Amino acid sequence: MTRAALNDRLLAFGSPLALFLLWELAAKAGWIDTRFFPAPSAILVRMWALSASGELWVNLQASLWRLFAGFIVGGIPALVLGIAAGLSRPVRIAIDPLVSATYPIPKSAVFPLILLIFGLGEASKIVMVAMGVFYPVLINAQAGVANIDRIYMDVAKNFRASRWQLFRTVAIPGALPPILAGVKLGLGMGLILIAIAEMIGADSGIGYMIWNAWQILSVETMYVGLVVIALIGFALSLVTDELEKFLVPWKRARG
Amino acid sequence: MRAAELQLSVALDAATSLEAAAPPPPKIRVERLVKRFGTFAAVDGISVDIAPGEFFVIVGPSGCGKTTLLRILAGLEEPTSGTIAIAPNDAGRPTNSMVFQGDSIFPWMSVYDNAAYGLAMRRRSKAEIAERVRPLLETTGLWRFRDRYPHQLSGGMRQRVSICRAFANDPDILLMDEPFSALDEQNKMLLHQELLRIWEETKKTVVFITHSVDEAVTLSDRIMVMTAHPGRSKAILDNPFGRPRDVVALRGDPVYGAFVFRIWEYLREEVRAAKLQEQEEGEA
Repeated sequence: MTRAALNDRLLAFGSPLALFLLWELAAKAGWIDTRFFPAPSAILVRMWALSASGELWVNLQASLWRLFAGFIVGGIPALVLGIAAGLSRPVRIAIDPLVSATYPIPKSAVFPLILLIFGLGEASKIVMVAMGVFYPVLINAQAGVANIDRIYMDVAKNFRASRWQLFRTVAIPGALPPILAGVKLGLGMGLILIAIAEMIGADSGIGYMIWNAWQILSVETMYVGLVVIALIGFALSLVTDELEKFLVPWKRARG
Repeated sequence: MRAAELQLSVALDAATSLEAAAPPPPKIRVERLVKRFGTFAAVDGISVDIAPGEFFVIVGPSGCGKTTLLRILAGLEEPTSGTIAIAPNDAGRPTNSMVFQGDSIFPWMSVYDNAAYGLAMRRRSKAEIAERVRPLLETTGLWRFRDRYPHQLSGGMRQRVSICRAFANDPDILLMDEPFSALDEQNKMLLHQELLRIWEETKKTVVFITHSVDEAVTLSDRIMVMTAHPGRSKAILDNPFGRPRDVVALRGDPVYGAFVFRIWEYLREEVRAAKLQEQEEGEA
């Protein structure tokens, strides 16, 4: 590692660490109100307790499952529809106004309706995540396919690729980088929506854990929930980065 | 040299070559082909017969519709009127494969998979694909780069892959659209020699487009000079050089200069006309 890279690494890890130390110091010295800002050590202790009792894992598992199911339910139709719209003018013309009109509606505002339709069970949470994942994946897949250089389509046509072969050998790989960017955005949106959905009408999940902690005024537990959500987001970002390296090897050596 | 001059002097124009090339039935017969984009006639009534195994080069100023002509031959554009007849081949082989202008190999496929593309689309077995692709990659010096992706290759190597892709598909007709225009002179020279070598082994019918007179003379059996606008056939010339050819030694032959000059005479006014056209369009 070069000296500059080492410095960057130190700075990247050092700045949050310094902040935590300052926070700890301020809490211990009584400079801040620990009812609202409990010391990081207190949050860690609570996290340990919640983990030991299994409560944290039950909730984490519930949230991750909903996130995963919602991702599949929303992501796969979005991928198919987006690529179809990118390839075919009629499909594009048919779905564009629908997408443009429904995309700006805040998904959280639709939640009461979703609860009404899908009930208090798992389905309503999964649908919320699915809605969050659907739009970014759809929009990016469509734009990704539409922006593939025409020459590649001509090549496929000249070499007599069938529709399915064109899909498999040109449309999907050509649009993969923007699709993965859409997946990343979609997962972020899904994480926001699952936390909201679990606060209302759920009895498990990280969102539920935070909401429940508010009701019993357990501030440390609320912070544990926030930390866990942040960690999930971070982990998802790492996973999608790795996925990108695996799925888009032709870009790996470029940087 | 006398003989070569004699050949030059009998070099035929469009009208007489049709009569002279009668014996073998043509591989490609283009008749009164017209392609309009709106009111713009990119191709305006071109007729030509191309013999089986012939290396036919079309040279013309940029924007003269030569690419349009090739794209019609490739089936990528529909003609407005006129016909193209291509003699059928023995079963199973594709009619044509195109080498496109500029970067056209898939960035997401390895060198090998790019070269194998046409065969893979035709669902050939892995063994058959290897049997066809490997020798081509070997003769073009690409075999040891077979697992690389295009961004790891130079421009010259990428264009080699594109040529391998077309040859590997084993088409009846090879269509080449200024495949070397983005390369430097030295790379171009190497690829000319390579292309001629592979072509002489396979004896495919080639329709090759270029704006370079030198390239046309180096590669062709016959050369069609196209007019600027609308795109018509101005003359069809027989290349005085025989086969096999050495692309460097060729240039030392006195006939070379004379033949290049002759093509330039046809081309000069067309290039001027094309420039004027551009200026008028700019002012309008």
